[in-house]
Order: sequence, then structure tokens, then C-alpha cells
Amino acid sequence: MDYRDSNGRPVVAVTGIGVVTSLGAGKAENWTKLTSGVSGIKRITRFATDGLRTQIGGAVDFVLEPPFPSAKLSAKLAELAADEAITQAKIGTPGVFPGPLFIAVPPVEMEWLEREALARAVDSPDKVTYADLWRSGTAGRHADWYPHLMYGGVAEMTAERFGTQGSPISLSTACASGASAIQLGVEAIRRGETDVALTIGTDGSIQAEALIRFSLLSALSTQNDPPERAAKPFSKNRDGFVMAEGGAALVLESLDHATKRGAEVIGIVAGCGERADSFHRTRSNPDGKAIVAAIKNALDDAGIEPDAVDYINAHGTSTPENDKMEHMACAAVFGARMPRLPISSNKSMIGHTLTAAGAVEAVFSLLTIRDQVLPPTINYNVPDPALALDVVPFKARAAKVSTVMSNSFGFGGQNVALILAAAP
Amino acid sequence: MTASHDRDAVITGIGLVTSIAEGGAANRDALAAGAHPRIDEAATPPFPVHPLVAIDLDKQIPRKGDQRQMEPWQRLGTYAAGLALADAGVAGNPALLETMHMIVAAGGGERDIAVDEAIMTGLRDAPEKGAYLNERLSSDLRPTLFLAQLSNLLAGNISIVHGVTGSSRTFMGEEAAGADTLRTVVARIGAGQADLGLVGAAYSAPRADMQLTFAVGASCLAGPYRTVWDRADHGGGMIPGSAGAFLVVESRAHAQARGARIIAKIGAVASDRTGAAPGSVRAALDRLWAGLRPGLHPTPVTIMSGATGCEPPTREERGFLDAAVSERETIIRTPGSLLGHAVEAAPIVNVALAALAIEAGTIYPPFDPKDSPAAPAVAAPEQIVVTSVGHWRGACLILVERA
Repeated sequence: MDYRDSNGRPVVAVTGIGVVTSLGAGKAENWTKLTSGVSGIKRITRFATDGLRTQIGGAVDFVLEPPFPSAKLSAKLAELAADEAITQAKIGTPGVFPGPLFIAVPPVEMEWLEREALARAVDSPDKVTYADLWRSGTAGRHADWYPHLMYGGVAEMTAERFGTQGSPISLSTACASGASAIQLGVEAIRRGETDVALTIGTDGSIQAEALIRFSLLSALSTQNDPPERAAKPFSKNRDGFVMAEGGAALVLESLDHATKRGAEVIGIVAGCGERADSFHRTRSNPDGKAIVAAIKNALDDAGIEPDAVDYINAHGTSTPENDKMEHMACAAVFGARMPRLPISSNKSMIGHTLTAAGAVEAVFSLLTIRDQVLPPTINYNVPDPALALDVVPFKARAAKVSTVMSNSFGFGGQNVALILAAAP
Repeated sequence: MTASHDRDAVITGIGLVTSIAEGGAANRDALAAGAHPRIDEAATPPFPVHPLVAIDLDKQIPRKGDQRQMEPWQRLGTYAAGLALADAGVAGNPALLETMHMIVAAGGGERDIAVDEAIMTGLRDAPEKGAYLNERLSSDLRPTLFLAQLSNLLAGNISIVHGVTGSSRTFMGEEAAGADTLRTVVARIGAGQADLGLVGAAYSAPRADMQLTFAVGASCLAGPYRTVWDRADHGGGMIPGSAGAFLVVESRAHAQARGARIIAKIGAVASDRTGAAPGSVRAALDRLWAGLRPGLHPTPVTIMSGATGCEPPTREERGFLDAAVSERETIIRTPGSLLGHAVEAAPIVNVALAALAIEAGTIYPPFDPKDSPAAPAVAAPEQIVVTSVGHWRGACLILVERA
């Protein structure tokens, strides 16, 4: 077996994967439902949705009892996914993972839950100010909140829980974060800095203000009824994404290391490509150049031609803008083959898991290769005639798949593409 | 001299804005001349802060539309990044900017304080709190505020304003995130994964929302200004300091090929987690120091301490510094006593000051009464070790040396 790629770098294998989404906890439940076209999108019950234009989401409601701060759920989702991945990889010892942690975490801040609790303690008939809150002394009695308020908090808790090595890195590249975390793990192994890395994407941020912020940017679907029909990537009537939660973890390992210890290799991360866009804070340059460059860089990094890609796990958010640009860029790279190259969006069923999406969808891409079955795009009732694509509508499809491209794009001009391939 | 290699990570551009001065050389010269700290005790009492010097945003962010889309920390960071690119001679050079790999350390979340305070007040008497919150947030939040809050939008704005597009990554997480941008860019350059990088961060100190968050951890010094090593008996804590700090870091070969001025070399970046157990910070620093020691010259070494003033890490770092002084001739300098603590940006600020001192052969005067010796018997620094001990987690040592 070749332990080095065509560029002489260590081949990076995946030896453990774990996932939790609104569909359930674990690969088995998620994959069964995903390949059966089941949606995890429901009406939000975690908080009052009175007066909100969007009242649905892919919330993970079976893990913590509300109320809780988002960071606590993000940490829990990371833990569940990592535990499953590490158990499968059979690596390290309990509490000691023999490599660094790269974790994609949503931006953190104090939320209304805490702010309101502190405001209640202010004994003043007048307007409540921030200064009242920090002067009342009440804040200092909540030292246990601190790790959930720090930007590095979820990473630190996760590193502590699994005993990862060195300074943990928290990635924030918006909706590409999960893919960026994998990319950093791949780079560290290729540098020879480590044989093993734990990469995670997690997002537990469905709370009122986060939902409202996306809503104010007109990014969310407002078709609340029925919830499971709202996410309709590549459809003509798509009207925005559905906010969702989830966590996914991958144990990355040099193929050499994995083989020597007799680990089962699930697949390899053959290539990562990235390119930043400088056009606009929320929109891609209409020329699509940055997305095209990210995809081409991923193919180059994997040392393959476009023809080698058997299936695309789309970013496919179901916003008018994303799906149009993703189609345009894919058509530019894959050319005349694009209308026949299967491309489907997991988000039609699990919604947009935001910070976690790149990791969640990498896990599903690996399961696609494992089982030789393409998960469908559901809700494709009104195809967009401008996007000539085989979206694997409604039903999963058996297919011969050895190489998958998974796309992730984010606000702030973030574009990442991963190439995942079958074990050599 | 240390042997030089093509894949050494060298600093070729510095963009630095602090409470003392704008620009690398201006900061170095002000510090060398014995600048006094600038303090604002009225912004967020009882917590003093070091306010930013006045800057003319138009010089680096020419479009008002871009300025409006950012909050202060993003403007400051975008501004400082522009200074670094200009200093390195890559500003406005698309061929270089398109190959430039950017890593930003960021917090984020700058809030609309007036909106928050009105809602907190209203929530007390609202019969249906959830519905009230929804109504007020939906009507009072500026739609674009979200973008000014997102952690990765400092990097996004640098791409938009300055055209850096090779890659864009944002690390979150206080001091360790800042140090890890350096660790990652040096590793990538060393391994040939990148030739040209931009790393940095920005912190805007007079932030009511952050003061509240820090109050939960009792992380800010309350009461009048005190130097870093004089705080332990007064409750400890940082004094937040505004700063924007960006570095252009590239491989020596790349810098030489384009005829760039090489300011200094980043010789090593060593970091680790620290646990909650007492002694964990000291143990980590001792371990990291042992790793650096073989690369230190017999000449006196300078340690620029990034100590925050927060306890217990500051006390444990003091033990480490005292041990270093007793082991060999060591010059200790603590810029935090002059500039305050810039959180994610702090390690970048200190590495910038170290690089500037090495380039100019400057020995900074003491910044703190505990800095010693006041007048070292060396002409110019050869090697400076910057410490970055997180105010609540993590420890890092960064070796900056003559290129």
C-alpha cells in the first residue's frame, strides 16, 4: 500500500466517525433516516416563537433539558460525536487522545438567559444598564458560567474531556468551519507534526436571537407549514435555509499509522481546497471565481481530474443565492458532465447545521462511499429549470462511488471543498 | 547567529496600533523613550481601560460603506492589517495578495448596548417575556449588526478591503488563539504549505459587553490603575488595552526573492494546554522553556512577559520568570503595564514589539517596577522570548530572534 500521496505527503485516513443531528444520535440512526428521505425539521419548541417569521428548525432536542446556553449544547454535541468516533477508531486510552484537537465552534457570547438573570438581580426602578449588571456583584457569583462565555470554552472543555494533546484550536469560518477543522487536521498530519488528529464541527445555537439575526438578513425559509417541506435545495421555490443543530467528529490518522495498528480505514481525505472571496460580506462574487478556485484547489490537492469525482455532497443550503452560485461553479469545473453528475443536499433533511455542516456532511460523504448509496435531495417538487442538475430527487440511489466532493461556503467569503475517497 | 534556512518564518511587515502610538516604529520609539500609560477610568468604571490612540480610518479603509459595515474591533483590525501589508510592500499587489494565507484570532460579538439595555429594562415587567424579546429584537436589531458580530468577519473585511484571498481562517479563543495563529503560520511555512502569511488580531477595550463577561470571571482589575505585578494584593485582573496587531510572515526564500526587508525571525512557537490544578501554568512554562533552552544563545535573553494580571496564572508565571533570572542573565520586560491586555491580540502585539526591538537593536526601558535589570549590560537584543499565558487557560512561548 502507498502511504504517501502523489505529492509525497502522508495519506490521511479516517478511522472513526461520529454524528448527531436532529435525526438522532449516532451514524446508524442518522444514515438510516437520511437514506430513507426522513426530515428532522420541526416547529421550534425550545423557546417562544410568537411573532417570528420563521418558527421551524432542525433542533437537537433530545440531549439537554432547556433552558441552557448555546455553548453548553455545542459542547455536548461535540462530546457525543467525538465519543462515537473515538470508540470506532479504538485509539488512545480513556481520557487520553494521542493527537491535537481542531474544533469548529459557533461564535460565543452572553445570551439573554444570562443577561436576564443578571438584570433580575439589579434592584433599581430605573433603566437597567450593563454597568448595573457588572457592579451588582451578582455576575461574580456565576463563575461556573465562565467557560461557556469564553470563545475558547467549548474547545477547552472538549480537550479536557478527551485528553487531546497541545493547544486546542477553535475554528470559525462561518458555515465552512466544519470543513476548515478537517483541513487543519489534514495539514498537521501531512506536516508530520502528528500521526493522529481529532476534528469536530459542532453547533447548538438555535436560540431566539440567533434565529432573528439570520431572519433579519432574509436568509431563512419562512415556509413554516409543514416544517419538513421548508428546505428545498435547487428548487425553483426555494426561499432560504432552515437553521439546524448538530455535531460530527472524525478521527484522522496517517494511513501508515492506521495500518500499522490494524485500524479499520473508513476512507481517506484526499484533498482540501480553499479560496477566500473579496466581493461582499454575505454574497459571492457573481463571477464565481473564488468557489471555482476552491474546488480546483481541492482537486489539485487530491491530484485528480474532475472526471474522477463520482458524486458531490452539495453545500446546497436552499437559499436562492447559494444554490445558484454552487451550480454555476460546479458547471464551470465539471463542464458538460455536470447535468449527469449526481449532486444532493443533506440539508433538505437535516437543515443547515451551520458551523457543524462541513463536518456533518463529510461524515455522510464517507457513509455514502461505505454503503455505495447516494442520499437524496427531498422536497424537489418544483425543480429550478436554471439549474440543470441530477439532485438524486426524493429517493436514495445505489451507485458506484469511490470519490466524493463535499462543498462548504460561508459568510465572509469562506469557500472550502473537500475530496473524500474510498480506502486504498 | 542561528543558521538560516530558506523555510525560516520571517516577519516582513508589522501593523501595530495601541494606546500609545500608531505604527510599528512609532510604538517602538515611544516605548524606548519611556512612554507613560494612557488610561481611561471613566469609560467602564470601576474597570480602567487603555484607550486607542486616534486613528484616521480613511487611510486604510477608504470606503465609508465598508467602515459602516464594521464594529470598532473589526475596523481596528482591518486598519492594522492594512498597515502590515503596506509595511511589507504587498499592499495593492494582487499577485501576492492572492497567494497570501491569512489567520486571524478573534473574539467577536460587539453588541448594540442601547438596544440590550432597553430590552433588559423592559423584560422585567413584560408579561410574556419570550414574545417581548422576539418583538423587540426583530424590530430593534440592525440587520447588518450580525455581520459586525461574527468572529470570522474581521478576516472577511480584510479580504474585502485589502484583497487578501489565498486562504482565510479565524481562530477563536482569547490569548491562546492569538498565539496559535503564530504557531500555525510558522508550521505551515516551515513545511512548505505556505510561503506568505498574514496573522493578527484586534481588541477594542472600552466594551461594556466584554466587561460584563469578564466580570463573571472576575477577570478585570477593579479600582485605580496598577502595574501588572502590583495587582495580586488588590484582587488581580487585567486592564483591557485597545490594540490592533498584524504581522506579515513569510518564508525567508520568498522574502529574499522579492527583495523584502526582513525584520526578524520567529524561531519557535511552543504552546500547551494548562489545567485547572494549581501549578499547572508553572509546569507548562517550565516544560516549554526546557524545549526552547537548547536554541538560546549564551548571550543574555530578554523575556517579554505577556502577563495579564489575572490570578492565579500571573503568580505562577512570576515564579517561572524568577527561576529564569536565577538560571541565566535575563532581561524581563512587561509591556502589559504600559499597554494593558489586548486579549487575542496580546501575543501578536508583544511579538511585534520584540521584532521591532531586534531590528533596531533597542533595549526597552522597564515598563514595570519589577522589570529588571533597568540598564542591562548588553548593546542590543539577539533573542527575545515572548510569553503568552492565557488569563484563564493555555500557555505559549514564542522565540523572536535576529533574522
